[in-house]
Amino acid sequence: MADNTLLEIRGLVIQATSYPPGEPPKEVTLVHGVDLTLQRGRVLGLIGESGAGKSTIGLSAMAYGRGGVRLTGGTITLNGREIRLASPAALRSLRGREVTYVSQSAAASFNPAKRLMEQVIETSIAHGVMTRPEAEARAVLLFRKLGLPNPETFGNRYPHQVSGGQLQRAMTAMALCPKPDLVIFDEPTTALDVTTQIDVLAAIKEAIRDTQVAALYITHDLAVVAQVADEIMVLRHGRMVELGETAQIIKEPRQDYTRALVSVRSLEHAEKPPAPPVLRIEGLTARYRGTHFDVLKRVSVELPKGQTLAVVGESGSGKSTLARAITGLLPPSSGRITFDGRELSPDLAGRSKDDLREIQMIYQMADTAMNPRQTVGTIIGRPLEFYFGLKGAARDRRVQELLDEIEMGKGFADRYPAELSGGQKQRVCIARALAAKPKLIICDEVTSALDPLVADGILKLLLNLQAIEHVAYLFITHDLATVRAIADKIAVMYKGQVVRYGQKSDVLAPPFDDYTDLLLSSVPEMEVGWLEQVIAHRKMESAGN
Amino acid sequence: MRLPFSALLGLSLTGLFLFIAIFARWIAPYPIDLAVGGVWEGPSAKYWLGTDTIGRDILSRLIYGGQVTIFVALASSILAFSLGSFLGFLAAVKGGLVDQLLSRMVDLVMAIPSLIVALVMLSVLPLNLTVLILVIGVLDSTRVFRLSRAVAVDIAVMDYVEAAKLRGEGQSWVIFREILPNALSPLVAEFGLRFIFAVLFISTLSFLGLGIQPPLTDWGGMVKENKDGLIYGKAAALMPAAAIAALAISVNLVADWVLTRTSSLKGGRGG
Repeated sequence: MADNTLLEIRGLVIQATSYPPGEPPKEVTLVHGVDLTLQRGRVLGLIGESGAGKSTIGLSAMAYGRGGVRLTGGTITLNGREIRLASPAALRSLRGREVTYVSQSAAASFNPAKRLMEQVIETSIAHGVMTRPEAEARAVLLFRKLGLPNPETFGNRYPHQVSGGQLQRAMTAMALCPKPDLVIFDEPTTALDVTTQIDVLAAIKEAIRDTQVAALYITHDLAVVAQVADEIMVLRHGRMVELGETAQIIKEPRQDYTRALVSVRSLEHAEKPPAPPVLRIEGLTARYRGTHFDVLKRVSVELPKGQTLAVVGESGSGKSTLARAITGLLPPSSGRITFDGRELSPDLAGRSKDDLREIQMIYQMADTAMNPRQTVGTIIGRPLEFYFGLKGAARDRRVQELLDEIEMGKGFADRYPAELSGGQKQRVCIARALAAKPKLIICDEVTSALDPLVADGILKLLLNLQAIEHVAYLFITHDLATVRAIADKIAVMYKGQVVRYGQKSDVLAPPFDDYTDLLLSSVPEMEVGWLEQVIAHRKMESAGN
Repeated sequence: MRLPFSALLGLSLTGLFLFIAIFARWIAPYPIDLAVGGVWEGPSAKYWLGTDTIGRDILSRLIYGGQVTIFVALASSILAFSLGSFLGFLAAVKGGLVDQLLSRMVDLVMAIPSLIVALVMLSVLPLNLTVLILVIGVLDSTRVFRLSRAVAVDIAVMDYVEAAKLRGEGQSWVIFREILPNALSPLVAEFGLRFIFAVLFISTLSFLGLGIQPPLTDWGGMVKENKDGLIYGKAAALMPAAAIAALAISVNLVADWVLTRTSSLKGGRGG
């Protein structure tokens, strides 16, 4: 069925110019000869870690390269026409008409000064596909299909008046409005909370099915793409690793790399027996200065010595605020924090050097957590110097020991953060925390900015270090797979309150409260058809109520 | 790394000016205050740029005057930067009342044109180089304060600064070790620009008679001395004016080049 082929890419080579600091610009090849075929009405998932070239390949389907990126070789055939070397005018008539695009961050992609309707129908009108009333009617139809509230009037709102999940769906409507042949979805649910992601995912899937549009679905999350795609292509370093039907990739991956991706969430950790607490928080209530709203409401939790308490919740649930209150950055308005048998002063200024030393923090973004003008040696060495007065050779020796502990070896002490990979940066941050010989490390979403395999490595490292150093972790995360992997105790937070708290085995076992149930059932599972099951289950429940 | 032509030109001219200023005593063909020729003689083999209102060699006076101009401008810029950036960083790190107090004081000073403030201060205070440097330095530091506070506010919210605070580091570590190294490139570019403003400011003050006092001279003062010659078609006043312009342009070219290399301030690699 050759005439059913929508998109055919052969031997695609994509290059870019990179500007390493202090060096002459150089050419790098991002994509090395990738082949790809997409039939009409099919969905192909492109999956890989950051730098795999998945977005770059996705955008090449409309012969587009982001700033500095050039499509230098191969052929891209769309609807029977070669488009890689097509003229700007030809590309203009194709983009936003035959091929449309849904980006990761809808909030950053909408014009805040225009109503949603204006933006959703803009391309359809600009390309002369339909008249304004037709386009508006189609937009309303799409709003309804995508499950947006009040589809008739939804378009009258401004982007800031709707939630992130709704905005992402509005963007999908925008992409589908001109009846394109192909939609490129570039990580459309990655920036959303797990409970929102599932709704958007279901809406996108239904819309794809109803409109019979073909799609390239780009993501780093295999469990997500398994719900949407007919076929999956696994990419790494700009080369194809494996291509197959979704069920085959999930169930019987042929390549080692795919196997690693599939099994990445299977890290398990046996719960430790109860022990006396190193940190006890009682009735903690806090609000930000100048506001009249408690971000934390009477939070009480305990963290046993050398164990891990995972604090789980979606964004805005107050979990990072809890960390700020414990570290003293945000003095609570009431409540007590007892650490290692002594009560901690509510604000930073009232704490002793030992108080500060024994509670360390690791941040989500390792990039901004390290001073770009300091070498790794200085970053790790400073706590040694500051808390223990280590100088010169003694300090350098200890820095090297710590580097060995985080499995980074020799030669890193003289490097700057910009010369490290994402995972290495986070390891250096861990080493900096360990250098202080703390009793408690607060880990604030430390793996959420990392690729799954790298994140897995970091979690394993943290578990090993806990066994060696007997340090306790307060582990803040929104990812339940991470929680399963690392926690001994769990506190589920919702709107500033702890709604469920206890040993891991208790929290993760039924009966659940409503919110925990929602949270747990929203985590995508690596299984074809999981999404339908969950949606059907929820419909049944709401019908039952 | 290839230098753009403009940067090369700026660097070599600035270097030339500095070289001449430092070795003025050995380069200048005549003494600074000796009448060696006729009044307002034109350029000749003997007096390359001619002579001035009382017959002194203009080239020699330009060379000595450049020394004074550059020295005073440099000293006051350094003062302005030490004071302005320290207070700016402090305001950014401390925030709250300290920030409010410092910022409003700076607003107050900036609300009055600095030339008028300088004129009032200099007519009250004794006229010597130290006072001149102090007045220009303090007035200029308000501009530096604004910039360094703005740059530091962006840096102060970075996690590594928070990490340093959580470690228990003192104010001076946070300012000098965490913030300063990251704020340096925009500040260096700004230094070039402030230096030029200082040159122009001194020249203006001297032109008005409140700057450098005889027997020392500077370029602004030389314009003043020779301005009457313009009426008679004598170009003597144009020589120091051209020198001021040349110095300003060459330092500006260098500052531009530094600024385009700054990635943090302009969010890119520049041109």
